[in-house]
Amino acid sequence: MTTMDTQRRFRLVVGLTALTVVLLAAGLAAGSDGWSLAALLHTLNGPDAALIVGEIRAPRTLGAWLTGALLGLAGATAQGLFRNPLADPYLLGSASGASLGVVLVLAGSTLAGHGISLATADALSRIGLVSAAFAGALLGVLVTLTLARGAQQTVRLLLSGVIVGVVLGALNDLVTTAAPDALRGKQAFMLGSTGFLGWGSCVALGLGLIVCAPLSWRWSRALDALTLGEDSARSLGLHLPRVRIALIASLALATGLAVSQAGLVAFVGLVAPHLVRRFAPAPHGFTTLASAGAGGALLLAADVLARSLIAPQEVPVGVLTALLGGGYLLWLLHRRRVA
Amino acid sequence: MTPPRLEARDVCVRLGDTLALDGASFVPPPGWTAIVGPNGAGKSTLLRVLAGLQPPAAGHVTLNARALAAWPARERGAMLAWLAQQSESSGELTVREVVHLGRVPHLGLFTAPGIEDEAAVDQAMAATECAAWQQRRLHELSGGERQRVLLARALAVMAPILLLDEPTTHLDPPHQVALVRLLQREARAGRTVVSVLHDLSLALMADRLVVMDRGRIRAQGARDDPALHAAFVDVFGGAIRIERVGDRWITVPQLEMN
Repeated sequence: MTTMDTQRRFRLVVGLTALTVVLLAAGLAAGSDGWSLAALLHTLNGPDAALIVGEIRAPRTLGAWLTGALLGLAGATAQGLFRNPLADPYLLGSASGASLGVVLVLAGSTLAGHGISLATADALSRIGLVSAAFAGALLGVLVTLTLARGAQQTVRLLLSGVIVGVVLGALNDLVTTAAPDALRGKQAFMLGSTGFLGWGSCVALGLGLIVCAPLSWRWSRALDALTLGEDSARSLGLHLPRVRIALIASLALATGLAVSQAGLVAFVGLVAPHLVRRFAPAPHGFTTLASAGAGGALLLAADVLARSLIAPQEVPVGVLTALLGGGYLLWLLHRRRVA
Repeated sequence: MTPPRLEARDVCVRLGDTLALDGASFVPPPGWTAIVGPNGAGKSTLLRVLAGLQPPAAGHVTLNARALAAWPARERGAMLAWLAQQSESSGELTVREVVHLGRVPHLGLFTAPGIEDEAAVDQAMAATECAAWQQRRLHELSGGERQRVLLARALAVMAPILLLDEPTTHLDPPHQVALVRLLQREARAGRTVVSVLHDLSLALMADRLVVMDRGRIRAQGARDDPALHAAFVDVFGGAIRIERVGDRWITVPQLEMN
């Protein structure tokens, strides 16, 4: 590692840490009145400080960072595993699986005569929705693995992921046709939202990150070896199916948890590793962990903006991440064309 | 150092509708063996079979009398270093980080490299003269420079058996000669070196040659063996002749043929 590389990586870590601290503070300050220090002080001195800051803003802010971190981690893992900078964590059927899980619960409750929506669901219903999304995400990945007959071949895995995405998407549409009331709930889920994140979500997301981050980091040397091609990696004594299964398990868990808590937040998993590689090219171990930090900061920034832009109304956070992420990729594309 | 015994017996490999290897038997002896033959002769396939990357449809491949497939992957990786014909090189790794990958069979995924690993990496980079740009990234290098790095990656394994598919690809003449000297040194140190080579004059500098054609081994023997030379010329349809220049053999294109 060169001195310049070390400096760039150090600067990125310091920058991300500082940005995260600022954004965490902004997340606590941002409310329905807008975004200012004075408003925060007013809220803190008010009678509902514990409720507003302690029970609503703090878990939402931390939850947004954790969700983004899981997506960033999963994105870096997916891009390394598939050796494709356009790979995103939803590639293996987790997104369509989670979406189908949510739609099935929403449609089932509607057909049973006591419809629920994401906005008004009580605690029990939310647990049901979250569980359905998580189970759906894992099921989507399992079906993909089954179709691909394991994790032997990258291309087969990618193709299976695409097929599962299309088929589960079609099933999704079929269910919403039969139970149109589920469409609205599905739409809220598809847009992604950090508005429902509570302390329970933070615990689940935090535990997920504690499990997935070391797992992905530990297997990152295999991703480095894969940059030389699958045969070269195998000749180095790596058992590639085992490597893929371990990394896909981490990817599926991270994505499933993130999606189940915050819906389909777009672009964070795709853009975070790009940002990290752009500022500090590094082996996969560093890129994976730094992408988690970048993903967390990105989603947190989007969440603060989503709360502040048209306060007291909120913009769905997924819309903002799509705009920010898409804009960044367009800018990258433009720069390359100019170069 | 006593090299382990790698042995391929009656190996057949089918790639699609093509019989890429048809009953090939080969036991690489210690020293440097070059595999030659026309395009599609099965040279790279034989090397992949020997490296355990291509399971044979029939026949046996053993390492120290134990089936190659039965070896734990890491132990096998530490004994057989393989260089691909056209290695991919994506990613953001620096030259040193790439060469470090050669230590993976010794470290596994979870052990941090130690002094011995750093020394092996330094030695491999010095041998291929790529230490000067160890801080550059692989995608910033020319084809020849990249090839030297990938060769260093294979050397860093410090394996007793080296299996090199077209190691001279992209190398300029001075570095081709340097590579030959390196392979000769490795062979003298007791290693078993097997390389596929398209440069036939370079191949004739190896201790032994294996001549292949249409999936079969047509001849194998010492580089001075007249019967080997006859098979050599024959598999190339008489388009070359072999001549002695000083203490070396070289191939010359047979321009006067129809």
